[in-house]
Amino acid sequence: MSHAKTPNVVEMRKRIALNKTRDYIFWVIGLLSTLIGFVLLFTMIIDLFIDGFPRLSGQFLLSYPSRFPEKAGILSAWVGTTLVMIVTAATAVPLGIGAGIYLEEYRRKNWLTHLIEINMNNLAGVPSIIYGLLALGVFVYFLKFGESILTGGLTLGLLILPMVVIATRESIRAIPNSIREASYALGATKWQTIKDHILPYSSGGILTGMIIGLSRAIGETAPIITVGALTFIAFLPSSPITPEFPFLSFKWLLDPFTVMPIQMFNWISRPQKGFHVNAAAAGVILLFMTLLMNAFAIYMRYKFRKRIKW
Amino acid sequence: MESQGLHFYYGAFQALKDINLVIKARQITALIGPSGCGKSTFLRTLNRLNDLIPHTRVQGTVRLEGEDIYQPGMDVVSLRQRVGMVFQRPNPFPKSIFENVAFGPRVLGVHSKVEIEEKVEQSLKAAALWPEVSDLLHKDALGLALGQQQRLCIARVLAVEPEVILMDEPCSALDPLATLKIEELMQELKKNYTIVIVTHNMQQAARASDWTGFFLLGELLEYGVTGDIFTRPKDSRTENYITGRYG
Repeated sequence: MSHAKTPNVVEMRKRIALNKTRDYIFWVIGLLSTLIGFVLLFTMIIDLFIDGFPRLSGQFLLSYPSRFPEKAGILSAWVGTTLVMIVTAATAVPLGIGAGIYLEEYRRKNWLTHLIEINMNNLAGVPSIIYGLLALGVFVYFLKFGESILTGGLTLGLLILPMVVIATRESIRAIPNSIREASYALGATKWQTIKDHILPYSSGGILTGMIIGLSRAIGETAPIITVGALTFIAFLPSSPITPEFPFLSFKWLLDPFTVMPIQMFNWISRPQKGFHVNAAAAGVILLFMTLLMNAFAIYMRYKFRKRIKW
Repeated sequence: MESQGLHFYYGAFQALKDINLVIKARQITALIGPSGCGKSTFLRTLNRLNDLIPHTRVQGTVRLEGEDIYQPGMDVVSLRQRVGMVFQRPNPFPKSIFENVAFGPRVLGVHSKVEIEEKVEQSLKAAALWPEVSDLLHKDALGLALGQQQRLCIARVLAVEPEVILMDEPCSALDPLATLKIEELMQELKKNYTIVIVTHNMQQAARASDWTGFFLLGELLEYGVTGDIFTRPKDSRTENYITGRYG
């Protein structure tokens, strides 16, 4: 090495040291950001548990709302939430997957489908209250579904539809084209290719999108209030199973309802301390329901197939 | 199979110019030429796989046993069953070995379990893969070595009983030993199938094929018996290419 180069080496070392310091600073910033989010969330959950946990009991789960905090329960709320989620899933999932498949595999690229695509992407960002207003106009007044479970479920289904569509499209797009070509080159039709390859290989991503959507829907309050869910429901919807033929009834779809977040919102706005405890306890149950849904999704994803590496 | 006055366009770009080529039945035809010369594009016009690419256009005719495959009302699905394809990178489905081979027959409407099992065994045997995988039939196909995956892809094609097998650089991702196995397999398959292979490997074309076509810039410059092309090329550009002075 010649003498002339020595200063350059010194310079270079300085530079490297500076770069290392920058790297370190960014590492600290990143760590702090992560910790702040995590600690806040954790504190919130702990706080909820400390307030609500003592209130959890069979009585709380199996009682209707009441004027007396210690007698009140969330029976109508969790049943309502469960039924609304069933309607939501039953509408958003098939529609979302269908639309996702169409947009990825079938559509011809022209200005109309392009417009649909832009719209679909923007719909995911529309405030939920807007969906509530839309649903009030369409489902309650125009289609005359009333302030019912059906209306609530369809509203939330509409709300999460874009999410299911986007998740479906993303996971379909992750499948390499060589797989489609392999299938077509064997003389498979488009539908055979979709049914036997595209859908099975993208099921993991689709399930994730579906659960993210449902997890958002389960906590939504604004659109549900807008379509007229009640805050005080002291009865259960009609049973879906009947003793006489045909043993199934869909009358419950048109019954009035309440859901967990509305029940919580109602209790929080009362002055009595006892109701606030109830709200916290209901929050714990709502979190538990969300977790249960996520656990189900993880199980299903595992069952469908382990993650495919392309 | 033959092409007559075949032109092919990607948008405004003309990828194939007036290709006239007769592919002899139960022979191996090799297509050689530098990258981007149109040989793969030509191969994919033979089973209309280019239809999947938007903004492409075909002119001229391709005949399979006298029938123009680009005529209106042509059943593309059954065409692709008659003209199978093996791709550059092995692309088995992320399913079991058995399911990979069984897919073709199922698509064709075979549902009897016994028949499918027979077909799978027969196809894997024909692709010289059976001894290696007979105990692993229900294992994931992606767990196989690349050379085995490629033979699985060949077995998958054989299971739909095509007349013609198109191979798009089937050995470019494989090591020499796996390549040798595929070449031996091709000699075996030639007894029952017409094979068209695109290759970048001069030696492969020279030792494995009966006929060779040299493509350059979208044109078929020279086509003839492999021995002639490699020993007495008519066109100086062919000679330059096969002796390594070009491309």
